[in-house]
Amino acid sequence: MKEIDLKTLTIQKAQDGMESGEFSAEELTGVYLTSIKVKNPELNAYLSVFDDAINEAKEIDQKRARGEKLGTLAGIPIAIKDVIMVKGREVRAASKVLSGHIATYDATAVVKLHQAGAVLLGMTNADEFAMGASNENSAYGPCRNPHDPSRVSGGSSGGSACAVAADMALAALGSETGGSVRYPAALCGIVGLKPTYGAVSRYGLMPMASSFNQIAPAAKTVADTETIFNIIRGRDDKDANSLEPVFANSPNPKIIGVPNFSPEGMDERVRNNYELSVERLGKLGYEMKEVKLESLRYAVACYYILVPAEVSADMARFDGVRYGAHIDGANLLEDYGMTRGVCFGKEVRRRVILGTYVLSAGYYDAYYYKAARVRELIRRDFVDIFKQVDAIVMPTSPRPAYKLGEISSNPLLLYLEDIFTAPANLAYIPAISVPSGTVREDDVDLPLGLQIIAPHLREDVLFDIGKKFLGEK
Amino acid sequence: MAELARIKMPDNELEELCGQLDEILGYVSEVQRADVSSVPKHILPPLRNVFREDGEAHEHGIFTEAIMANVPSSEGGYVKVKKILEK
Repeated sequence: MKEIDLKTLTIQKAQDGMESGEFSAEELTGVYLTSIKVKNPELNAYLSVFDDAINEAKEIDQKRARGEKLGTLAGIPIAIKDVIMVKGREVRAASKVLSGHIATYDATAVVKLHQAGAVLLGMTNADEFAMGASNENSAYGPCRNPHDPSRVSGGSSGGSACAVAADMALAALGSETGGSVRYPAALCGIVGLKPTYGAVSRYGLMPMASSFNQIAPAAKTVADTETIFNIIRGRDDKDANSLEPVFANSPNPKIIGVPNFSPEGMDERVRNNYELSVERLGKLGYEMKEVKLESLRYAVACYYILVPAEVSADMARFDGVRYGAHIDGANLLEDYGMTRGVCFGKEVRRRVILGTYVLSAGYYDAYYYKAARVRELIRRDFVDIFKQVDAIVMPTSPRPAYKLGEISSNPLLLYLEDIFTAPANLAYIPAISVPSGTVREDDVDLPLGLQIIAPHLREDVLFDIGKKFLGEK
Repeated sequence: MAELARIKMPDNELEELCGQLDEILGYVSEVQRADVSSVPKHILPPLRNVFREDGEAHEHGIFTEAIMANVPSSEGGYVKVKKILEK
């Protein structure tokens, strides 16, 4: 077996290695498949592995040998979250209700990855239908943190973040609704991007809360994340909300906003790490400016009204009639109730019922309608702040990775983990999480993340600041 | 609510859920304190036409087999469900 140093491997280095003949695409994919075989039984990052990935890699080698033009991701092994359609593969959203469901088409993002030559390695673990922040809501067991397997990977895209952090994939696609890529990226010590709402087509992403959902890349470096984003973004006729990219002048962010937002329950070590990050940005030459974002305090409350409301509608399609599982009752109505009662996990049931409540006739005005207006308030607050600053920084998570079961028994406590990430989703704007150091607990260094937030469609600003912060070229 | 959401749950779980929902609803009620007087009552995002031209999106029937393979119960190319009208 070829020795390839996966720890320091990036997309560019892998391309250089294959170009110079140091290793082939087949060897690269082989090394990753072996890594999965060794590590996945403990970490549970993958729900299914494509053993035939090696054939795709061989094809890339043959194309290279023939001197054919190759895409940016030719031979690059990538993992896909189990909520994104890959034609002909079992895609289950980590749910029992879709057990045995074979995707009938490719998501647009997957089509674009294939066109760029990527080799897909398998479907990664997640919270069921991407609902959760710890990956403990998966019907197929939790994904574990590669830095300490007794701790959570974070969620919902825990499998994607863990796969990248543990060198079981060079990069991965996850999805975002309220921090589902940034949060596990922070807990696993990698980079995670939440694109602007509409920047990447949602076609083939299982809807969970349609006005929030985005396909979102994760990788070890900002440059790799940017490479994947540039490939998957763009307008798609199959997603009416997708947007044309904006090619602005090269970004030159100078002023970074530091919100006066310090919620209860924030870990002291996180606060210290964040202050050090702010200091580091100041030393890099940015003007750090305190900003007021008064509406942030309502973000989680607003989010957990609007998202369950949309969940209750988006989950209606799972009825035991059209796909996946079916539990038989005495009549059709009972079939629905039994299938959904037995095959949805606790969190999915909780959100569907909560959503049904906030949308019901007597409560609609007080909950859903009010929250929709608060969302607009938050969006406007960001628009106003971005007249004064080029970007905003906040921590990504209020604490480092915690033990499995430590806080998941209390749903509200877990919801509050979204406190720093949900605002960008509510405001439709892009945000990135980059590694910002570690804290030591039980003799393990647990990663933390710094979150950078930019104006609508200004991912370029995030990449620029992120690279400088990490010292990437 | 569970009935309205078409979810059949055991009684002991319903009890646990009621407690959790009370706690969650108590927290999310926080939004009621937000002053939204600056936000218009009817928020209209910028509208644009997203409809495609009329015509066949794809060749008829090319997905039928794959889609039907995921259906729990089917017969002769149709999805099979229980009757909903009683005599």
